[in-house]
Amino acid sequence: MPARSSRRTMLRFSTLAMVGLLSGCGSGSGQTSPSEPSKELNLYAWSEYIPKEMLTHFTQQTGIKVNYDTFSSNEELLAKLQAGATGYDLVIVSDYTVAILRGQDQLEPLDKAQLPNLINIDDAFKHPPYDPSSQFTVPYQWGTVGLAINTDKIKQPITRWADLWNPAFKEKIVLLDDEFEVLGMVLQTLGLDKNTKDPKQLEAAKVKFASLRPNIKLFDSDSPKTALLAGEVAMGMVWNGEAALAYRENPKIIYICPQEGCGIWHDSWAIPKGAPHQDAALAFLNYSLTPEAGMLITREFPYSNPNKAALNLLKIKDPKAYKVYMDSPSTNPPPAFIKAAKPVDEKGDATPQWDRVWTEIKGGS
Amino acid sequence: MKSFDSVRRSAMKLLTGKRVVGNVLVAPAIAYLIRFLALPLLAVFAMSFLSRGSYGNVLFKFNPLNYVRLFDPLYAQILGFSLAIAGATTVLTLVAGYPLAYVIARSAPKWRPVLLFGVLLPFWTNFMIRIYAWMMILRSDGLLHAFLSGLGLLRDPLDILYTPGAVLIGMVYEYLPFMILPLYTSLEKIEEAQLAAAADLGAKPAQVFWRIVWPLSLPGVTAGVTLVFVPAMGMFVVSDLMGGAKSLLVGNLIRNQFLSARDWPFGAAAAVVLLALTLILVFVYTRQTRGAALSR
Repeated sequence: MPARSSRRTMLRFSTLAMVGLLSGCGSGSGQTSPSEPSKELNLYAWSEYIPKEMLTHFTQQTGIKVNYDTFSSNEELLAKLQAGATGYDLVIVSDYTVAILRGQDQLEPLDKAQLPNLINIDDAFKHPPYDPSSQFTVPYQWGTVGLAINTDKIKQPITRWADLWNPAFKEKIVLLDDEFEVLGMVLQTLGLDKNTKDPKQLEAAKVKFASLRPNIKLFDSDSPKTALLAGEVAMGMVWNGEAALAYRENPKIIYICPQEGCGIWHDSWAIPKGAPHQDAALAFLNYSLTPEAGMLITREFPYSNPNKAALNLLKIKDPKAYKVYMDSPSTNPPPAFIKAAKPVDEKGDATPQWDRVWTEIKGGS
Repeated sequence: MKSFDSVRRSAMKLLTGKRVVGNVLVAPAIAYLIRFLALPLLAVFAMSFLSRGSYGNVLFKFNPLNYVRLFDPLYAQILGFSLAIAGATTVLTLVAGYPLAYVIARSAPKWRPVLLFGVLLPFWTNFMIRIYAWMMILRSDGLLHAFLSGLGLLRDPLDILYTPGAVLIGMVYEYLPFMILPLYTSLEKIEEAQLAAAADLGAKPAQVFWRIVWPLSLPGVTAGVTLVFVPAMGMFVVSDLMGGAKSLLVGNLIRNQFLSARDWPFGAAAAVVLLALTLILVFVYTRQTRGAALSR
């Protein structure tokens, strides 16, 4: 696509101009030659997602300094990479975002010879649909999107997304501020395709959503557990890890996967095209796959861990934490959950359509 | 004559020398503005005429339809809602800020810096932290609730957070200093003697205010209204955090085009239109108030 490459050139030119303007000389792009090992690594990942201890360990072992920048949605990551010249060496991407980045030719293929610790990953995660030959991605964490319920406040049994529509729950619900998960959930409640590209189905979801509106107290993707723990709401659609953390603080908050099917997501590491410190990125990836690093991750950010060696280590080192992990549906969902779960897929040319419906839902009166 | 000439010449030299020094001094600021304001604005304007690719990439294909799409009742509604929020914020900050600015301007000169310092003090803390602090205060069982129920005034949990009222509280709080400072500057310039003269000539306090103080403070009002209204039009963080993200403002609409919709050209078009509308509004408003001030 010549159009895009010319845009890249323009961006590169303006970045150079900026560097020139700031430093007064045209030398600094910060890249090291391939023969000399990198001393620095730039990570770009979700906030509240990578244990600090893990980064310090890595720096102690290798002498490579790690800079950790954060985003709060895949879309933020896409926008940053699309703007070009970010300098990031390693990013965390979710399922459908991998498809987009591959479509835009924005990822470097991984040199598997440098990643011997890949054997620690559970076989179930070795051939994900978004990267069947695991050419571009290394699994980090995975999880579900389900319902967290404060059983102190809600006595009746909740089993379906459709239960959210109960008029008894006026202003008692928090939803993720995420059009794909929320509209997808409404579509599933209607028995339709969660990732539909059919405008009629989207229209039906919009109508159905209107009757849910009075029950919604707030939308929050960053930390939906906060409103649950503060007692502002009685239940809500949350990420599994948020549910696990809420449960630690208040065991009355349980997590279920509704009958219509919960959401499911897989986060992986990937190296953006032209990353300046690819050797450091591979070294970090291999380290992140060690059982020790994997155990740190699960202890601090209890999503589901695809690293089976890490879980085995946890079993030996901290049997109590292991038992909580295995017994919680939020961290270790039963097979029936997973079978019914549906990921968010890339919508392609239907994306503006989805945005339009979401805009009508939130901006209309 | 000769000495006068030489004085004039050396004065001219000094002046032009000053100009050179001045040019050198403003050059970094100009370069900064060109690189980080003018060029990005031009890029946004150019982007607004391009097309979206399937993966959300930008295609270099001329497309004026981005602007046509904005002529949609849905977007007019969102714009109207943003105008209402920004307008209400401006009026409330004016009503709340005017008396305070007046009191500071009329207080003993040694107290004025202290009082102004108090107005500016919140800026020492990060904006997001202040908003989260407000959320702690307004929560249904938060600090305000504890205070009111401690006084025996309230039993039920508070229902303020995640309502439009909470959004206005946050907005007024955030922009109040931007209103107070220019108002103070205008009010402080009014001579005590003018007010005394008006009173001596038989004007009642209300007449003194409307015929002397208010017209003389109009430059400050204009500056304050502009400083509050323009950023309030683009603000969406307060509505997302304190309002529970339940409604879309123009700021949300534009941001969503760059994030979830990945339709940069349409987002750029929306940004250009917002900028143009705001400029027109401010232009009309400042001309009107200037006219009003002159006619008095």
